[in-house]
Amino acid sequence: MFVLVVGGGKVGYYLTKELIDSGHEVALMEKDRGRAEQIRDEIGSVVIAQDGCEGKYLHEAGANRADIVAAVTGDDEDNLVICQMAKHHFDVPRTIARVNNPKNEHLFRHLGVDEIISPTRMILGSIEQDIPVHELLHLAALGVGELEIIEAHLQPGSPAIGRIALDLTVPSGCSLFGVIRAGVPTPLHTDTVLAEGDKVIAIGRPDCEEALRAQLIGEFAEA
Amino acid sequence: MKAVIVGCGRVGAGLADELDRAGWQVLIIDRLSAAFDRLPSGFGGTALRGDGTDEDTLRRAGAEGADLFLALTEGDNRNIMAAQLGIEALGARQTISKVNDPVRAEAYAHLGIATLCRTNLMMTAVLVHLGQASPARPGIQAPEKPHEHVGGAASGAQVGGVTGGVGGVTGGAGGVTGTRGAGTTMEA
Repeated sequence: MFVLVVGGGKVGYYLTKELIDSGHEVALMEKDRGRAEQIRDEIGSVVIAQDGCEGKYLHEAGANRADIVAAVTGDDEDNLVICQMAKHHFDVPRTIARVNNPKNEHLFRHLGVDEIISPTRMILGSIEQDIPVHELLHLAALGVGELEIIEAHLQPGSPAIGRIALDLTVPSGCSLFGVIRAGVPTPLHTDTVLAEGDKVIAIGRPDCEEALRAQLIGEFAEA
Repeated sequence: MKAVIVGCGRVGAGLADELDRAGWQVLIIDRLSAAFDRLPSGFGGTALRGDGTDEDTLRRAGAEGADLFLALTEGDNRNIMAAQLGIEALGARQTISKVNDPVRAEAYAHLGIATLCRTNLMMTAVLVHLGQASPARPGIQAPEKPHEHVGGAASGAQVGGVTGGVGGVTGGAGGVTGTRGAGTTMEA
């Protein structure tokens, strides 16, 4: 597997090291010569001191034979363009972008980036899990399409309490996946009755959220 | 006719002025308010300080449904991202994006964005001036087909945010307004 990593910051640096350790062929592009030299001293000739946004240098780095291009610079617009160039100009089968501004996730996905990693969103999700709010929690984004894994913690007042889970009308494009009760994950059976304190796990598109919220959370004032 | 221009450099400011004089409704955006000093005192359009690659900023400024969307900042990638936001999220009818890297300029013309490449323009100008054959790559490359994306889902998912305060019309700061005639300057 040949992986082309663009961006030699902390993420790109550790990613490259890990990939080398697991036996993959890697090239790392970093436009800052000083930084590139610094990494090259440690991990060797896989470092290319060029701008990975520029078509000419992507070509020289072997983008046309890369199996994966991972764009992990600190600038969203650069990561978008690196992935689009890789995909459309060099026919790279799989592109991965780091997205810093969570608001850009939708655009990136829409424009065909295969996988989007948002550190901001992940940390936010982690914080939200510790705060009891009457809200849906985004546990993770799935690589395919725009699907997300969503958790709803059933609080007193939830219209779902006492109902058979499979009887709930979930919107199309969304599926209830299971329930975590007292820390134990269980699949949904035809007789699973939802109870206060349950954590219902669903997979669905972001546009299903409103209907899911109405079914599982109900009407609450701002938490 | 409505024009949105991202980047108030010499080209952006010059075009904003020309289009304003020709009767267009012009909105020009730049991250630095000092950039608006390039606009002539009689400029009648709107100058907005903000990030032209931020969808919310563009929406609040009323950039939706523009007849023309020009991305003319100093960054090729910022221009490419702004232009794609313009097409996919804001429904711009025509966009031109400045992309100075000839390889990227050609690649994005293939993808459906008209690109303006200073490298090609200047090379051609110099070679023509010297009486030599000009290069095959034109300064402006028209899109070869409608803008292409592979993501699937329909665009314009974000709704709302069209109304609400844009921070109002300000005066003073950095000598940006006051001398702009009918024009307004806003903070995003």
